[in-house]
Amino acid sequence: MAQMNLLQAINNALDIAMADNDRALCFGEDVGHFGGVFRATSGLQDKYGKERCFNTPLTEQGIIGFANGLAAQGSVPIAEIQFADYIFPAFDQIVNESAKFRYRSGNEFNVGNLTIRSPYGGGIAGGLYHSQSPEAYFTHTPGLKVVVPRNPYQAKGLLLASIRDDNPVIFFEPKRLYRASTGEVPEEDYQLPLGKADVVSTGDDITLLAWGAQMEIMEKAAEMASADGISCEVIDLRSILPWDVETVANSVMKTGRLVISHEAPVTSGFAGEIAATIQQECFLHLESPIERVCGLDTPYPLAQEKEYIPDHLKVYEAIKRSINY
Amino acid sequence: MNTEIYNEGPVVHKPVFIDGHSVEIPILKVLQQDGTLYPGAELPEIDQELATKVYKTLAFHRVLDERMVAAQRQGRVSFYIAALGEEATSVGGAAALKDQDMIMAQYREQGALMFRGFTTEQFMNQMFSNEKDLGKGRQMPIHYGSNELNYMTISSPLGTQIPQASGYAYGQKLQGLDAVTICYFGEGAASEGDFHAGLNMAAVHKAPVIFFCRNNGYAISTPSDEQYVGNGIASRGVGYGVKTIRIDGNDILAVMKAVQLAREYALKESAPVMIEAMSYRLGAHSTSDDPSGYRTREEEAKWQAHDPILRMKNWMLAQNWWDEAQESELFEGLRDEVLAAVKVAEKIDKPELQEMVNDVYDVPPKHLQDQLDALAEHIKKYPDAYPVTSGRL
Ligand SMILES: Cc1ncc(C[n+]2csc(CCOP(=O)(O)OP(=O)(O)O)c2C)c(N)n1
Repeated sequence: MAQMNLLQAINNALDIAMADNDRALCFGEDVGHFGGVFRATSGLQDKYGKERCFNTPLTEQGIIGFANGLAAQGSVPIAEIQFADYIFPAFDQIVNESAKFRYRSGNEFNVGNLTIRSPYGGGIAGGLYHSQSPEAYFTHTPGLKVVVPRNPYQAKGLLLASIRDDNPVIFFEPKRLYRASTGEVPEEDYQLPLGKADVVSTGDDITLLAWGAQMEIMEKAAEMASADGISCEVIDLRSILPWDVETVANSVMKTGRLVISHEAPVTSGFAGEIAATIQQECFLHLESPIERVCGLDTPYPLAQEKEYIPDHLKVYEAIKRSINY
Repeated sequence: MNTEIYNEGPVVHKPVFIDGHSVEIPILKVLQQDGTLYPGAELPEIDQELATKVYKTLAFHRVLDERMVAAQRQGRVSFYIAALGEEATSVGGAAALKDQDMIMAQYREQGALMFRGFTTEQFMNQMFSNEKDLGKGRQMPIHYGSNELNYMTISSPLGTQIPQASGYAYGQKLQGLDAVTICYFGEGAASEGDFHAGLNMAAVHKAPVIFFCRNNGYAISTPSDEQYVGNGIASRGVGYGVKTIRIDGNDILAVMKAVQLAREYALKESAPVMIEAMSYRLGAHSTSDDPSGYRTREEEAKWQAHDPILRMKNWMLAQNWWDEAQESELFEGLRDEVLAAVKVAEKIDKPELQEMVNDVYDVPPKHLQDQLDALAEHIKKYPDAYPVTSGRL
């Protein structure tokens, strides 16, 4: 085991993937010699050469279109979009192309080898255009997988699984935790399963569900609640699409209560999808309405970031509302 | 209908491929570094009054950048983008335009806003996200905008303003206004799909827009030779049928000359023009960047010798329009002014909580007002956790 931060774990996973498969390539804006603006790809160009790790021109639609072509050809592209906020110029390539390649061609062609990495989320004083959590847009698109790790151990295992998964995967990295989250990470190659949630801590009174950077907040709220004698079961969804209905439903059948939290605006956010599914699966077991603690339905502000964030205090209040319903 | 789109050209019977560099693109230079004009060079329209205003704007730009980079290091502002070494492109551009012309910038063109009269206080209010910020504290520092000054508020996603500028200019044309739109972007942003869409739309629909590319050699760490392979960005203007000129971007007289002519042409012919200004980003990309990771000090030093502000100063001295006493008085005065403005702006309150839901729509719909009310209740319960807004509820 080695001590790594989230960025180092990602770098390590990319290194292993490139060493393991010489058809794997890493590219994106500033990804080459500089190693990306966050340094996730540092050292890879030195090790694997300019042909396999390179800077692209500044065009997200170009990056993903190029990656689609590479993947269709049998290469293993790992494309970086510098900030998730800038994934939208590539939206057409992802939603209409990556997601539908296999289906529309009757599996004559597919881009299953494609992985798109992108830093997402707020809490870094980034304002409107460096803070968004766009996962829900992509969950509305059949054919894509969407994965969000919360710590270095997960980041490495889930990224290696995403790269080797035979479907296009969007891998959103919580940039607020890039350096802040550190931990023990096995040095060898390992994978964590996609589509499987992680029960972080067990409890009896209420289920708390989130992913990525929001997990820290859930754990903090669970601690506050436990001081009040409320026992929380905390679940990290890890894969947003497909998502682990079974683990969540089993937990809610046990606790009878659910609080879901994400940073993206509440309306049409992924919490809405989860709430609908869980009320169908667990209707007779629910003791109170499912609570959503999410971003407001506004763009992500700068001066009022603290107010906007679905923080631990907001989650704690939701827990109490649910328990006292 | 005219569907004849092939120009008459020489016919060959053996294949000839044209390469990107076979079209030579001349570069306009008017002013030399020592302050003398190139022989035969034509001056833009400029007199002592305008020249003095331009030079004072350049000086303000330099001082503001120095002070704000330092303020960021001290943790007083969260972020800053300086334009060290390429101030002439934005200041010169604005100086060649009329006040009614729209400026759509990328983010490194605060010089144009300075020239238009955005005050030190207004710059500070935006950077400190206080309640006097015209953008209401929503965007990161340097995302300025002013309707009054015809300076479109900056948006971070690169290149998005380029097709918008084509549309804006087309609207100006339909209304018969004596006004054009200038659209600034970097050579990096010229790789975005929006660039190609914007140029083509403007060319086909004959919009009076001036596309102004600041080619400063880098897009963050990516040098221009990893950005494109053709003959710069100018060759693309030609490719889209847009009248194009390449200029020395560190030569403010060349910038002013080109933009004055471009404005005249855009209005008269009702058509787009493209300017590629060759310059160099002497500083870091932003305060989050460290250029020592991707380029050498020697390279930077080479470009230091082309300082556009010093070049203009030398010309002003040679014209007897300026002297060293005025110089030190100007810079000292500006430094004091900026420092004083920092101290004022950082003490002004943040916008009120209500501003979080204002302007999402024309009027906040019920669901937004409900969300805000719930948030306000929450803040009242935990006032210490939200110090910026709790005292003002
Ligand atoms: C669509 C989009 N992708 C990526 C970014 C991140 N980004 C901000 S500035 C920049 C480089 C821009 O370079 P250039 O256009 O050459 O302008 P310069 O900074 O050199 O003035 C990048 C990649 C962004 N803001 N928008």
